[in-house]
Formats: sequence, C-alpha cells, structure tokens
Amino acid sequence: MNPADAVARAHREEWARVVATLTKRFGDLDIAEEAAAEAVATAVERWPADGVPPNPGAWLTTTATRKAIDRIRRENKRDDKYKEALVFDNDPPEPLGVIDDDRLRLIFTCCHPALALESRLALTLRMVGGLTMPEIARAFLVAESAMGQRITRAKAKIKAARIPYRVPAAEDLPARVAGVLTVLFLVFNEGYLATGPDSDPLRPDLTGEAIRLTRLIRALLPDDGEVTGLLALMLLTEARRPARVSGGELVSLAEQDRGAWDTALITEGHRLVRERLAAGVVPGRYQILAAINAVHTSVRDSRDTDWSQVLALYDQLVRVDTSPVIALNRAIALAELDGPTVALSVVDRLEARLAGYHAFHATRADLLRRLGRGRESRAAYDKAIELAGNTAEIANLTRRRDQLG
Amino acid sequence: MQYLLSVIHDGPSLADAEEDAAIDVFNEALRTGGYWVFAGGLGMPDTATVIDNRQDAGLVTDGPFLESKEYLAGFWIIEAADLDVALKLATAGSKACNRKVEVRPFLVP
Repeated sequence: MNPADAVARAHREEWARVVATLTKRFGDLDIAEEAAAEAVATAVERWPADGVPPNPGAWLTTTATRKAIDRIRRENKRDDKYKEALVFDNDPPEPLGVIDDDRLRLIFTCCHPALALESRLALTLRMVGGLTMPEIARAFLVAESAMGQRITRAKAKIKAARIPYRVPAAEDLPARVAGVLTVLFLVFNEGYLATGPDSDPLRPDLTGEAIRLTRLIRALLPDDGEVTGLLALMLLTEARRPARVSGGELVSLAEQDRGAWDTALITEGHRLVRERLAAGVVPGRYQILAAINAVHTSVRDSRDTDWSQVLALYDQLVRVDTSPVIALNRAIALAELDGPTVALSVVDRLEARLAGYHAFHATRADLLRRLGRGRESRAAYDKAIELAGNTAEIANLTRRRDQLG
Repeated sequence: MQYLLSVIHDGPSLADAEEDAAIDVFNEALRTGGYWVFAGGLGMPDTATVIDNRQDAGLVTDGPFLESKEYLAGFWIIEAADLDVALKLATAGSKACNRKVEVRPFLVP
C-alpha cells in the first residue's frame, strides 16, 4: 500500500480510537481532537519518507500523545490558570460502565441527551467518525462556520456542565443507546436519500460511515437487539444502493435491477435478522424494519413479494412506533393487498400530520394514478416535487407526473 | 461540581400542600445522599423590586427584571459529580415539585 493510502486508511480506521484514548488520558475533547489531527498531518509528511510504520494506530496514538503534551506545556507557560485545569487527572479511575471501551464512551459522550440533536450528529461525525468540518457541513447543508460553532458549543457544554466521558450505567443504557442509534440512523438516511440541489443523490461516504459506527456499537453491545436490528436494516438498505439511481433518476424498489444488489450485504443482513428472530425477544422498531427489508430482499422478482408478511410486520410496527410516516408506509403495503381505494382512504386520514412531507404526496399521487384520477394525481405529484429535496427523487416524480398525459 | 436546579413555574399560584410534602421528601433525599448545598422557594414575581445603580443612577423599579409567562419559583443548589448525576436528581426534583426544572452548572472558579 502506498503511504497516502496508508494514511487515509489509518485515519479512517484509527481516528476514533486515537481520539478516545487521548480523551481518556487528558479528559478534554478539544485537546484530543487537535492532537489527533496533528498526528494525522505528521503522518502525511513523514510516512512517504520514513515508510509506513508497522502499527499505524499505535504510531498515531503515540504521536498524538506527544503533540497533546507539547500543547499543554505551551499553554501552561502562557497561563497558570490553564495549568490547573489541564494537569493530569490523579483521581482514582471512575467505576467502569457496563462495558469498558474508550470508543464506546466517546460515542455516548457525543450522543449525550443534554446536547441538541444536531450537535450530537455533528460531534459524533467529527470526534468518532473523523469527518472534517467541511464534510460534515456539506452533509447537513449548513455553512461551515455554523457547523464549527455547533461543535465548539457542544464541546464547551461538555466541559462546563461536566458531561461525563462514560458509558451509562446498565439501567440507563437502553434509553441512551436509543439516542445513539437515532444519530446513526440520521447519518445513514442522509447518505441514502441526500437532500439539496447541489448534493449527490446518494452519499455512500455517509451510509458507509453510519454502518461502520453501528458495527462498532454492535461489536461492543452484541446482545442489544435494536443495535443488531439497525445494523441489519442498514445493510439490507445499502445492498440496494447500486440499483437505486439510473440516469440521474431514483428507481423504485419494484423496478430495481435486483441482479445489481450486493448479495454479500443481503446475506449478512438476513443472517442478523434470523439471529434476532431466534432470540425470541419482542422486537423494537429497527428489528421490525430490518425484517420488512428482509422480506423485500429475499425474492428475485418484486412480483413474488410476500405482501401479507410485509403488512403483518407493519401492523406490528405501528404498535411500537406511532409515527405517521410508519402509518404511511403501512398504507403502501396495504395497497398491494387490498387495492388503492382502501389505501387511499388510510393515507388521506394522515394529511393533517404529513401535509409537509413529500412522500405523503408522492404516495397519494401514485394511488390516485392507479385509480385513474389523473388530474388529482398530477396535483399531488406537483406538491411532492415542490417538497422533495433529493435530485434523483425529483427526477423520478417529474417523469411519473409527465407520463400521466 | 455545583449545579443550580431552577424551578420554572408558569401558573398563578405557588406550590400546594401535596407538592410541598413531595418537595420535603426530595430535600431529605438530597441531604442523605450528600448532594444538598442550599435550596429555597421564592415569592411571586410581583413581589420583586429591581435596582439599577449603574453610574449611581439609583433607580428603583417595582416588579421583576423580566416580564414573562414563566418565572423562577425556587431553586436547589446541589453538589454532584457530573451532569448525569445532576440530571437524575433534577428528574426526581421535577416530579416532586411538579414543575419544569432547569439544570445549570456553576462556573468552576
């Protein structure tokens, strides 16, 4: 491997561990992050000349630790008050959470419920994912300065309010894992259906990052059903990515070239879904969503889809997740079984809550089209196009509208 | 590390007898847990007086510094190891006094 690739790989694979190790040692996210960034920059300079070290992760950690100590020394000379804040923590180590892993602590710190959801997202991508500020800003369509401020504010709150660098205690873990999964699912979804006129419709960098972080959580919490469920859901969704866009246009599930799907990801996803079924525990929303995706990905022809099983799973899902978006997706399955008239009456009842959601109008448009109500269908497509943020999805909706004749 | 737990009130009256009793129980839990520093209930905002003596202006104004639907009705000052502990106590405090509670860290001197 050439040195540039080795640096990129070490950055990707070792960043979270380096930041986590330094955060533990120095108790300060800022110092940890800056030292990690300096160490990567040093690797860019040195590795081409000196060769790639045998253990890149250890090299980065050692270099970052030196950089951090240098920085603390410099600041100590400047400011005695800082010195008190930054001396090494001599307190006895805190009792460990249910699992002791520095990276997992880092994820839980970045996803602390006392931080705004946007801050959690940004901080997780920066500190755990190692994404640069411009990358995060681009992903969430905000100015780089705004994203920088968000991260700075979040770090300042962590420090001032003393948000602990810790995996929560066993009794608090389920609630806190749920927040972490929310963040990872948001990252994934932004990559899967990217918003914005200047954004690529699919962002495999983001879906890949979300999958990587979810794999990390699963490795650390293998018995948490929802973690496994979310990973399976992401894998089964990601597997379809090669077939999702054609000629700049989003391709619906029914029309996708199933031969282009990633069979390795599907196999792994199905295995995880089976593992959860075998566990015999009442599944949460991610596990049910994964099971629905398993039904869709288990047939070679969309006409063979077992819609009654899909609907049964949605019936189960609406009991644990009362979101109107879930009710909307259930109606799509209902249309396949009981026809568009029944589905449309269900969809129409969701209008009050979903009037601002493009998929609500797109679903209505499709049902109206199937019922031969062309004029109403066109109006619904217009509304969906107006609200949709993904360029490939807009192209698909526009074509469907124009085909109404 | 000290935190201020502010009780945010948005109604016309102060705590009723049942709430007072629950607050007593919570206060006792703070003391036995070693979290207690200080606590107090405050009079209604219309009992407040604002002084502005910047540049020796000596201004005295009747009423609170901020007219708002929500106001500070009381507070606890607690000693807690970190925000997770403070949030847990605030959660119990909010239930006890039946009001919203804001958690803010004191500046570290």
